[in-house]
Amino acid sequence: MDGRGILRGLAVTFKHFIASYVDDFRRLGKRYFTQEGVLYRSSPQVEGVFTIQYPEERRPVPENFRFIPFLVYDEGPNGEKEIRCTACGICAKVCPPQCIWIVRAHDPETGKPLKKPAEFYIDVDICMNCGFCAEFCPFDAIIMDHDYELATYDRFATNVFDINRLLKPASYYQQIRPTQYALKAAEREKKAAAKAARRGKAA
Amino acid sequence: MTTLVTVPELETRFAGVITPDTRKGYEGYIVDVQHLKDFAKALRDEYGYDYLASLTGVDYLPEGKMEVVYHVYKSTGGPGLVFKVQVPRDNPVVPSLVDIYPGANFQEREAWDLLGIRFEGHPNLRRILLWEGFWGHPLRKDWREPYFEEEGKPYSSRWPEGKHFHHEDRNPFGKNVDYPPGFDPYTWEPETADEILYQAVLKRSEIRDDLRTERVVINLGPQHPSTHGVFRMIVTLDGETIVALEPVMGYLHRNHEKIGERNTWIMNIPYTDRLDYISAMANNFGYVLAVEKLMGIQPPERAEYIRVIMAELTRIVNHLWAIGFLLNDLGAFFTPALYAIEERELILDVFEAVTGSRMMNNYFRFGGVARDIPEDAWKKLVELVTDRLPRKVDELDRYLTESELIKSRTIGVGVLTAEEAIALSTSGPVLRASGVPYDVRRADPYSIYDRFDFDVAVRYHGDVYDRYLIRIDEMRQSLRILQQAIRDIPDGPIMAGKPQYQVRVPPGEAYGRVEAPKGELGFYVVSTGKPNPWRYHVRAPSFVNLTALETMCRGHKIADVVTILGSIDIVLGEVDR
Repeated sequence: MDGRGILRGLAVTFKHFIASYVDDFRRLGKRYFTQEGVLYRSSPQVEGVFTIQYPEERRPVPENFRFIPFLVYDEGPNGEKEIRCTACGICAKVCPPQCIWIVRAHDPETGKPLKKPAEFYIDVDICMNCGFCAEFCPFDAIIMDHDYELATYDRFATNVFDINRLLKPASYYQQIRPTQYALKAAEREKKAAAKAARRGKAA
Repeated sequence: MTTLVTVPELETRFAGVITPDTRKGYEGYIVDVQHLKDFAKALRDEYGYDYLASLTGVDYLPEGKMEVVYHVYKSTGGPGLVFKVQVPRDNPVVPSLVDIYPGANFQEREAWDLLGIRFEGHPNLRRILLWEGFWGHPLRKDWREPYFEEEGKPYSSRWPEGKHFHHEDRNPFGKNVDYPPGFDPYTWEPETADEILYQAVLKRSEIRDDLRTERVVINLGPQHPSTHGVFRMIVTLDGETIVALEPVMGYLHRNHEKIGERNTWIMNIPYTDRLDYISAMANNFGYVLAVEKLMGIQPPERAEYIRVIMAELTRIVNHLWAIGFLLNDLGAFFTPALYAIEERELILDVFEAVTGSRMMNNYFRFGGVARDIPEDAWKKLVELVTDRLPRKVDELDRYLTESELIKSRTIGVGVLTAEEAIALSTSGPVLRASGVPYDVRRADPYSIYDRFDFDVAVRYHGDVYDRYLIRIDEMRQSLRILQQAIRDIPDGPIMAGKPQYQVRVPPGEAYGRVEAPKGELGFYVVSTGKPNPWRYHVRAPSFVNLTALETMCRGHKIADVVTILGSIDIVLGEVDR
């Protein structure tokens, strides 16, 4: 009990204090407000100050990051939106807080159900960002987004996303999740090829 | 995988009193309710089953029965034993086991609160998670919540004719609560409930005749920064010394277990993240172990390794947090906490890259894990585990352990002896700091923990200082496990079979227990073969560890309560469920 323990502890604090300045000088001009600096400050090599000055600086989110799902559409040759969703309802059935509402489309003449959603709602107030819907979608039609800045003033007016709000192009999907996109596209091509081969055999 | 045994000797000795549970998928014994106490006493004193891990009830509505399920273990390690008592549903009365297993205290109160099972002889059988004015026992199968839609998810209103509605429109505020007949919330005085509480506390504090001192009752919390959430302690003081303490909880209660019984099996995984939100993947682990035991599936090798890696990283995250905030509670305002959180941030970055989320990971699946570890995250993980974290744990140790301020505030404070720790069913760092080398990873190994070379950290004084030291020790042991795991991890699949969103779980019961960072985390699940669990019970380590709070605090000064509570390391998401 002679205070040596405290002094040794203070030495650690002092080292941290010095390190923050040393590192600032060593990386002068590169440490703050640059992409390189942001990456450095979230790497295992970082010494000194960790803080990222949001919103001026943003940490890039990893590909697996998930936040609020969106629906994917492919762009047709004339710019029409080909919605991938077939209204099979798996996402609504697996959703833990039950925040997905789907109305299946019907053929206006025959009244038979179509493989298309007429309406699609996600109540983002209820969504818990678990990502099950995207994980179990067999058509790669619902994907977890990377856009996490959704603050609004009136949740009743804005936080139930309908199909128009939810649709985003496949190019956006490819941009935020390149690895997954390539993997799933290859899978789909393989499946389509197998199907074509089967059909060829049958004919 | 947790194992349970049968003891043939018990069957002959208690012939006529116990019968083996022969229901399909069930294990253990059904004990005659008249002889429960004799049986439990013999089990504890003669057969060495001195540790009551979990106590809970199940409502078997179709059979008109209530069942109380006890899981007991030996504090020296080894497989456990399960026994049950069955009582009629309309008058469920079971003798209390508090005088044999004091750790049953809060768990029996919880079973009374949520299922309405009366435990005769319980010293303080009051509601624990719900408020005194609550009507009914919500975990009974015929009890329906005000926002009730259907017995089980998925709800048919979502697809294929899913027109969105706001829950608030169907349950307008003010009409969304059922009250007992004749109850008016505007004239009811909450003081009556508090009065009962205060009387209960005062009754326990013996009056010393030589000094005619007055007892003072103080409410610490529920809004108090030291309680790490919304938690209240009613403390009776003699001067500055604590004579009695009564924890009051449930401010964050959401009936996790009822939600779990409405959910399908897989839907529960993201909900478990929200129990102990500091160490989400340990919760995932316990739940999938229990369900995998029922399903009889085994994850592939690589998935087992990934699970262990994630669980041990979670432990480091949790202990960094616990130490940081213990120091905060001691008055070292935020510097140690932030040093610890810096390292936690880097681990969370890895979690985010692997699982998609920093805290609500939702990563484990029945028969494996959700996705493989990406290349760049793996690189970062290896760097952290082999280089940075060992360095930083040593730095934290150098920074804090020898500090005289910390020593003088923590040594000899909040002592829990080994006997008390076992009797009160404490687990995790609290139990091991009291000199009981009981670690589920070693005592009852699950997953692939039997392959790793690590020591069970143990300290012998049972005070706050030892509970701090043991967390440093455990982080070092976790790093040892991690270093072996990243060396040995094989390539291969990460999922047994195809990922499924509707799993078939055969009828039966299972108890999955893991060594979560805060202690033994157990999930007791009962399946009837339907898509939704019949019973889903969480044996939360923070909740059960609080049983020992009064024993630890009695005789200490009021200022020490904050430190002692900090050293148990509770998370209210798990306590209140």
